Amino acid sequence: MSKIANAFENGKAFIGFLTAGDPTIEKTVEYILAMEEAGCDLIEIGIPFSDPMAEGVVIQDANVRALKHNTTTDDVFDIVKAVREKTDVPLVFLTYINPVFFYGYEKFFKKCGELGVDGIISPDLPYEEKDEISEIARKNDVDVISLIAPTSKERIQKIAADATGFIYVVSSLGVTGMRSEIKTDLNSILEDIRDVTDLPLAVGFGINTPKQAHDIGKIADGVIVGSAIVKIIEEHGENAADALKDYVSSMKKAANE
Amino acid sequence: MNNGRYGEYGGQYISETLMNELLYLEEQYNHYINDPEFVEELNTLLKEYAGRPSLLYYAERMTEDLGGAKIYLKREDLNHTGAHKINNVLGQVLLAKKMGKTRVIAETGAGQHGVATATAAALLDMECEVFMGEVDTKRQALNVYRMELLGAKVHSVKSGTKTLKDAVNDAFRDWIARVHDTNYVIGSTMGPHPFPMIVRDFQAVISAEAREQFIEKEGRLPNAVIACVGGGSNAMGAFYNFIDDEDVKLIGCEAGGKGIDTPFNAAALTKGKIGIFHGMKSMFNQGEYGQIAPVYSVSAGLDYPGVGPEHAYLRDTGRAEYVPITDEEAVNAFEYLSRMEGIIPAIESAHAVAYAMKIAPQMDENDMIMVCLSGRGDKDVRSIAEYRGVDLGE
Repeated sequence: MSKIANAFENGKAFIGFLTAGDPTIEKTVEYILAMEEAGCDLIEIGIPFSDPMAEGVVIQDANVRALKHNTTTDDVFDIVKAVREKTDVPLVFLTYINPVFFYGYEKFFKKCGELGVDGIISPDLPYEEKDEISEIARKNDVDVISLIAPTSKERIQKIAADATGFIYVVSSLGVTGMRSEIKTDLNSILEDIRDVTDLPLAVGFGINTPKQAHDIGKIADGVIVGSAIVKIIEEHGENAADALKDYVSSMKKAANE
Repeated sequence: MNNGRYGEYGGQYISETLMNELLYLEEQYNHYINDPEFVEELNTLLKEYAGRPSLLYYAERMTEDLGGAKIYLKREDLNHTGAHKINNVLGQVLLAKKMGKTRVIAETGAGQHGVATATAAALLDMECEVFMGEVDTKRQALNVYRMELLGAKVHSVKSGTKTLKDAVNDAFRDWIARVHDTNYVIGSTMGPHPFPMIVRDFQAVISAEAREQFIEKEGRLPNAVIACVGGGSNAMGAFYNFIDDEDVKLIGCEAGGKGIDTPFNAAALTKGKIGIFHGMKSMFNQGEYGQIAPVYSVSAGLDYPGVGPEHAYLRDTGRAEYVPITDEEAVNAFEYLSRMEGIIPAIESAHAVAYAMKIAPQMDENDMIMVCLSGRGDKDVRSIAEYRGVDLGE
């Protein structure tokens, strides 16, 4: 049993994303701990990839920065190890499937289990291909987090019925990145999912302001923010901890107002 | 085909946002490809607009000079827009239109697929945007202007290595945002299912014609079919209808660049490892932790770090073999065919010509080789001059 359920026990969850190794391995450890301290309920750690097809420019650039100094999958495991010495906050990996495939599914998930990685989100592993990892992940107590998009429609039934941990509801069409407005009829999508499962539903893609966090907090169980956090790290480099804390606590608060 | 698998290769490794659209595309494709009206419309376009069937040309001087197997060239370079790419785009853009889409997007490396897509979009009155790596927009500037003339908008892609793979990334990113009105007209037998199947089927006209032409001219099939392989669409098209003819050897020529013992090549089958990228499980050039490697070739059209899944399967089963051809060998073949036959081949196709030059002399005079001359070389004249150190000025 993973610790993901814990993330949703403290009001509306705030889920923060950062890219491992941006700007350095050590800073990623520091920033994860800073976000946790400021009220982040679950942290998504992005394993950097050369070709992050589902990302907008902000996170693409973070991948480039992390890979410039050769952040490897083993480095990312070292980050988890260092974080786990200080906190039990639920951690999930956000990773394209090729680095996992290349590392070897057995070896990768065994390591996740040992180090306490609670889940994996893979933007290029839809329902049809989940058998690649579902069995091995389950064996190692790692939840495979399912994504549901505004285009999923009748697919919601089978995806939600099979989901574990929480469900990542994609707020809008397109890649990750900050948006001023979310036009999708999220309410009806969330209702459709709730007809199928009792798992917590967290909404991500495009969310960056406290107002948006507040609006999502009213209808979902959690708010996921990536690009806005990565942007803070981009702007503050090695001195982003305070800015991150301020941002995370304001978003956590807004989601619960 | 079992859900887009070729042995262990293929599949649909793509964002959930695109899944329903891919399923819809497959359903619509299966519907229209069995609709006599659609098939008739497409065949008319291929004949009246693209200029099919393409010639099967006996390269007599080349054959005599090399002294061995008879060499035939399947002249895809004579198609409208100068390459095999038009076969696929007429099919895909017509399909998009039937599906009610108003906009098509495409990636392009050398620019041939971009030009072909822009052409079909102009003809069929569709909005068209093409994604092209910044590096490629520079080495193929003329094709950028050509696409613009045809009414397309060209996006210069500045992410990653700024070449073909990054253009594919940005095309997918665009599509994720506009699935409702847009079809992604992918240029090769790659990407998530159903693309490798659709592109293969639309390119299979090459081998369907060639088979008949050989029987008509020679009363029998060739001993070997040779084609260049980047993503692998002209090769898949040239191989497909010969796959069951076990006596016909199928040979794909990959971009060996500066040599397969250097990092400067794009030979995914020779040097790559199995991986999952751009929606498919296949062979990819990649680094120690599964990061997709920067690749290199003198040919922008072969400068891709992967290969279509069906080629990986044909390689594993032994039905086809794949060989690397270096820049130097390809440029020599480019010059050789120009002087020997008065045909300037695309530098991509010159990779296939180069391998024919290697094996023809070792074969019997009664043997026959078909080289798929996938495109014309006008677009490459400047870069070959540069390669040879000839200054053409601005």
